[in-house]
Amino acid sequence: MNKILICLALAAGSLLSSGASFAQSAPQNDQLYKAFGEKPGLVALMDDFMVRLLADPRTGPHFRPSNQQRVKEQLVEQLCALSGGPCVYKGADMKSAHANLDIKKSDFHALVEVLQQSMDAKGIPFRKQNEMLALLAPMNRDIITPTESAAKP
Amino acid sequence: MRNILSSPLIAGALALLCAGAQADTGKLLLTGGVSSIEGAAGGGLTPWAVIGSNATAGETGGSAYLSHAGTTDYGLNVYGAAVGIQDRYELSIAQQDFNTRGTGVALGLPGLHLKQTIVGAKLRVLGDAVLDSDTLMPQVAVGLQYKTLGSTGLDGTLAALGAKRSGVDAYVSATKLFLGQSLLVNATLRATKANQNGLLGYGATLGGNENRYSLQPEFSVAWLLSKNVAVGAEYRSMRNKLEGAGRAAGLGDGLRSEDWKDIFIAWAPSKNLSLTLAYVDLGVIVPATTASRKQTGYYLSAQLAF
Repeated sequence: MNKILICLALAAGSLLSSGASFAQSAPQNDQLYKAFGEKPGLVALMDDFMVRLLADPRTGPHFRPSNQQRVKEQLVEQLCALSGGPCVYKGADMKSAHANLDIKKSDFHALVEVLQQSMDAKGIPFRKQNEMLALLAPMNRDIITPTESAAKP
Repeated sequence: MRNILSSPLIAGALALLCAGAQADTGKLLLTGGVSSIEGAAGGGLTPWAVIGSNATAGETGGSAYLSHAGTTDYGLNVYGAAVGIQDRYELSIAQQDFNTRGTGVALGLPGLHLKQTIVGAKLRVLGDAVLDSDTLMPQVAVGLQYKTLGSTGLDGTLAALGAKRSGVDAYVSATKLFLGQSLLVNATLRATKANQNGLLGYGATLGGNENRYSLQPEFSVAWLLSKNVAVGAEYRSMRNKLEGAGRAAGLGDGLRSEDWKDIFIAWAPSKNLSLTLAYVDLGVIVPATTASRKQTGYYLSAQLAF
């Protein structure tokens, strides 16, 4: 038992020391960008994504009033930049872009599910999907409406 | 006592489950964990910091499950239910039925089934195991489990060993999904007096006072193979305090216990159903009557959740 505990403690220690590489930060190379088919792949993915977002009863109401073409273009730019591609995201920051929208955590989860469907449809491997999701997931803090402000009339 | 406790909770959870057939709960697939043998959401053998059911912030959900384990000399049936509220609070109930088979016969108690009821509460303290993928901060939860062992022909023996028939476990769990690596890691530290998870009572006084709480670490790793399939392993260290009492009773190391382990595969064919299959190694359980055989075998569990 003690031996196992020591091993696990050592493993935990090395995990923490290598933490910078384990916790997701922007990639140092463009491998993920390439796995997503570079710019044409991202454009095709976002076209598919928007069709599904509008069709899904959970996400449709949030996207129908938006300028869909512009949202798609900004998403392509954002995913391109995140995945190590040669893009710079110039759109509004996530917080102000979503400030006036009432977005719940379940809405965010629904969006992730729809994105997974699109990535499946485009044949992106599961591991690569998760690498991208790991870069996108922290944005929930800026996108989901805090419950305190949602409670206000 | 058992029925008074378990019936309303299970009925309530089932009512919620039926009502929830149309309800819109929005957690990501498999991120509510599966149902552990003690009812709390987690792996099969150990609780995780996740809150059971599909409910996320602002929602209430529920789950119900049936599990069966068969080892070299024993059988275990478990059923139970859990309610998850706001992805913050979890209430759970589990009913364990442990078939002692040959051990019961050897003790002059043929047909002996040990029945344990476990009522659990869990509170998520901080973090989001899934979405906080840019930090090392795990999701952390604390929990309590109130365990009672039903009255059986074994009562006299447990009393002689100084083992009580009820006890409370307290635990803290930290769960982290390394999303970029598709790897989930959990560590739980449990304060407990339970012998063999409570199936042989709580604590022991014969041959020295072994009635203090001990801290037992538990670990799980799970690797996500796809959106709805995960494989992994678990390790649950067990308190071995009954061995001393057994020795004092002239049984040598006949009541020794060992750590519990498993390797599992979990599959969620839909958002509302998950199936878990595992190979378990529960070490020795009452080696006095089982020729010190390792209790290895299979574990099967089905869970409905909304």
